Amino acid sequence: MDSVTVIAIFSIAAAALCMAIGSIGPAFGEARAVAQALGSIAQQPDEAATISRTLFIGLAMIESIAIYCFVISIILIFANPFWNHIVAAKPGG
Amino acid sequence: MHITPDQIVLWRWGFVQLNATIVFTWVVMLLLTLVSWLITRRLTASDEHRSRWQTGLEAVVELIRGQIHEICPRGSDTYLPFVGTLFLFIAVSNVLDIVPGWHPPTGSLSTTAALAISVGVAVPAFGILRQGLAGYLRHYLRPSWIILPFHLLSETTRNLALAVRLFGNIMSGTMIVAILLAIAPLFVPVLMQALGLLIGLIQAYIFAVLAMVYIGAAVQREQEGAS
Repeated sequence: MDSVTVIAIFSIAAAALCMAIGSIGPAFGEARAVAQALGSIAQQPDEAATISRTLFIGLAMIESIAIYCFVISIILIFANPFWNHIVAAKPGG
Repeated sequence: MHITPDQIVLWRWGFVQLNATIVFTWVVMLLLTLVSWLITRRLTASDEHRSRWQTGLEAVVELIRGQIHEICPRGSDTYLPFVGTLFLFIAVSNVLDIVPGWHPPTGSLSTTAALAISVGVAVPAFGILRQGLAGYLRHYLRPSWIILPFHLLSETTRNLALAVRLFGNIMSGTMIVAILLAIAPLFVPVLMQALGLLIGLIQAYIFAVLAMVYIGAAVQREQEGAS
């Protein structure tokens, strides 16, 4: 295998792994947060506005972890710096 | 496929080049300024002659003001121009995504980084305005001086997160639509675009609320420190 193939294989595999593993944690976290918030709203409907605002902020914080993973996967697939380097260095590639 | 609208260069002259981000940012700015100027040109306080545009604008401003007041009850009108502008700019540029050929400027890391930097400047500025320079700087040493690097680290990373979160959400929306157009061009991208509109509004809300929470934390910490 030449280096272009190796970089392609590992980039795609790393992007897939990054997306797969990186979305499990935030998914569980968001599920817990939403479940707790729904329970709290059911107990205290008067505080629904405060709870949902805090919930949105918290969800944004949790979700940004998944977004980091997504950005890294996108960079690996569409704007891979190693790929660009090796294609530029290759004579005629 | 373009990841960011930065790569779409519309006009070039020597060193100067206009990419899609700048142009669409200008369009949003022009739209916001023009609409607000046209509406606020003839403001009335009487209920009979009030135009429906004025009522709509008042509803928007009152909504933003109420949200800010809930987060930071004291002196909330000081932060209304800054936070309201952030929200309106991001919301308009995300919602205009339904216009064909529109590249949302918030889908570029340059725009979101600029917005996050302005939040990062505004937070200490409001804190210093409230309590003065020494009073603001004192909170960095608040529990103990060992905490100082962690304070600095957290302020840096939260602004970074602010930029990357907005960029990632909007960029993923446009990218998913582009990928779906290649796979299933009929009807499926419409659903994702509808979801993208919702996500765009939620992200605008979250960006503004987080900016307000950071400002509120800086200001209220001052008051605790003073008492």
